Amino acid sequence: MHPESYLAQCGSRWDSRTGALSMPIYQNATFRHPGLGQSTGYDYSRSGNPTRTVLEETIAAIDGGCRGLAFASGMAALDCLARLFRPDDTVVVTEDLYGGTYRLFERVYRPMGITAVYVDTSDTPAVETALSQGAKALLVESPTNPLLKVADLRSLGHLARAYGALFVVDNTFMTPLLQRPLSFGADITVYSATKYLSGHNDVVGGLLVARESGNAEELAFHQNAVGAVLGPQDCWLTIRGLKTLGVRLRRQQASALHVATFLAGHPGVRRVHFPGLPDHPGHDRQRLQATGFGAMISFEVADAAKIPDILAGVRLFLFAESLGGVESLITLPAVQTHADIAPEVRERLGVTDALLRLSIGLEDPDDLVADLDAVL
Amino acid sequence: MDLTTLLVHSGAAPEDGFGDLTPPIHQSSTYAQDHPQGLGPYEYSRSGNPTREAVESAIASLEGGARGLAFASGMAAISSTLLLFSPGDHLIASRDLYGGAYRVLTTLFTKWGLETTFVDTSDVDAVRRAVTPHTRALYVESPSNPLLRITDLAAMAELAKAHELVSIIDNTFMTPFLQRPIALGFDIVLHSATKFLGGHSDVLAGLAVAADADTGRRLKDVQNAFGAVLGPQDCWLLLRGMRTLGVRLTAEQATAAVLAGWLAERPEVSRVYYPGLPHHPGRALHARQADGAGAVVSFTLQSTAAAQTFMQSITLPKLAVSLGGVESILSYPATMSHAAMPPAEREARGITDALVRLSVGLESAHDLMEDLGQALEKSVAV
Repeated sequence: MHPESYLAQCGSRWDSRTGALSMPIYQNATFRHPGLGQSTGYDYSRSGNPTRTVLEETIAAIDGGCRGLAFASGMAALDCLARLFRPDDTVVVTEDLYGGTYRLFERVYRPMGITAVYVDTSDTPAVETALSQGAKALLVESPTNPLLKVADLRSLGHLARAYGALFVVDNTFMTPLLQRPLSFGADITVYSATKYLSGHNDVVGGLLVARESGNAEELAFHQNAVGAVLGPQDCWLTIRGLKTLGVRLRRQQASALHVATFLAGHPGVRRVHFPGLPDHPGHDRQRLQATGFGAMISFEVADAAKIPDILAGVRLFLFAESLGGVESLITLPAVQTHADIAPEVRERLGVTDALLRLSIGLEDPDDLVADLDAVL
Repeated sequence: MDLTTLLVHSGAAPEDGFGDLTPPIHQSSTYAQDHPQGLGPYEYSRSGNPTREAVESAIASLEGGARGLAFASGMAAISSTLLLFSPGDHLIASRDLYGGAYRVLTTLFTKWGLETTFVDTSDVDAVRRAVTPHTRALYVESPSNPLLRITDLAAMAELAKAHELVSIIDNTFMTPFLQRPIALGFDIVLHSATKFLGGHSDVLAGLAVAADADTGRRLKDVQNAFGAVLGPQDCWLLLRGMRTLGVRLTAEQATAAVLAGWLAERPEVSRVYYPGLPHHPGRALHARQADGAGAVVSFTLQSTAAAQTFMQSITLPKLAVSLGGVESILSYPATMSHAAMPPAEREARGITDALVRLSVGLESAHDLMEDLGQALEKSVAV
């Protein structure tokens, strides 16, 4: 069955008693036991909740994993992942990544003895060098946030296996419909479900998918023990969002190409980062490992002094954090999503004060271009 | 702003709020006032609720009307609209229409002195001949439920104006994404928003849009007095569903077109009803007044027994009431949408016991054809 067919019906067959097409919301904390030592399969919602189960099973099914786990936020999902590590472990991480992940590793886990080593993961030899020093895990974003650099996932999968490292991919920008890291040997995929998966800018959530049962069990243990689970209402809203993931993403991608092409030809724009543009360094690599280029664009304006006016002047784009929803958003990574990364590191990476990031939504692409044209 | 863009941005949270990207859910029945004289903009949620107003303003801008109103269900929207009329008034309605509308017109409102004549509204002359000195309104569906009959909307609107009738249309199957009756001259557009607008089979809701402010005012008075309003949680969910109306209906329509053509070639199928098919009556007219043929396909099997076997053999579409959701739904008008219509009335309209109605969802055409194909084969197997 095509993943989109599966998604259209996720949760539609759960309630055999009533036949409800929409998964019921089990707004419920605890469950009655039939008797001593007996269980219906559900005891306490931190450990398991039917609405959360459907979300977790759905993401696992379309991602090709054996188990899914839902958390209160993308960061909570990453935190659960980090609990697989121990003091003195080293983790090789994409150097240009979401600032919140950077903050977690630097401010929370480094003091606990876990060392993050940052590498340009689009540079396969550089990754090998880093892994050869001894690493417990390799955590990759591809395309990266916000520069949209593309890693060679298949090669990284081989390297991780060769060096005995856990291979984790934050697949938020792509979603399983465009890219399935587990099929390239990733052990775990991570999602901020807040973004494309729920897709409507109204739910904060995170997901992990494990390829094998060993990792799945350990992650599930931590999900239960630590308890940063996603509540039933939010699980339900995320399930609802997943049903239209395919149609949303297809339209958003097509519009993104249209907008990126416009930006690439604009005199006020110095550089555009979008894997769908033929001259993007990762364009060919992206075509081999994904079925699309996504709907995220970042671009450098020629004159950084214009940025405040651009952000104040947009009428259709909303100046807000986050991405992946039906409304188009514009952000300034240097002061928003990547504020936690040290300025000199940001500059070296190219996340400058002149870099803007766009998340393309479902608005008409010509309307979006007109909005940008007016402010540029 | 393009309709596609309006779908995403209409009904947005107020400018003077916290910048929420989605409108807050005002789960409140009442509102604190500063003074006993001169109450504030909101006093009691039956009369006005900010979240309901978000979805009401969204549907008004999408349909191009002066005012939108949200109700607890499609039937609540229809019934509330019918309360505009008085004892002794007469209505002309499409012969082919949803069984629930037929039921209120023939059993409930007749008690209150509202009489209805059912006419084949695809025949403009027949409609004209049905007008009496007491006629106050025209009520149509196009494409109709379930045989997808096409009515000339501009002609209906013109006829209504000529005779000072209120023109009302149930635009559920098309939605404003595909058909905008106010631009064609209609006075009131109704929706079962439960269907394509909500789009996820999880909200029961109705919407009405008035073309002009005066009609809007009168409908608002009914909504307030009679009180069949849509609650804030459901308003919010409905609006959330409307954000993806364009991408959903585009994909569903494309699949429906493929399925309709495929069904038309199947030996097990007697007849297919779909405005996109070459021989569908009114196809050209529909193409002029709407932007697409929609995502509902009706078809007849060779016999009642074949239809029963077919319905029991499908595994991918759900056998259920309703339509317009992301999952494909197969309905049996005889016992479902048109159960409220007496069998003789049904049969006379061509809504037979061998007729099924398919609402096409977001599953792939390939998966749907595979499942429907095996069910069709079983339907004729001895």
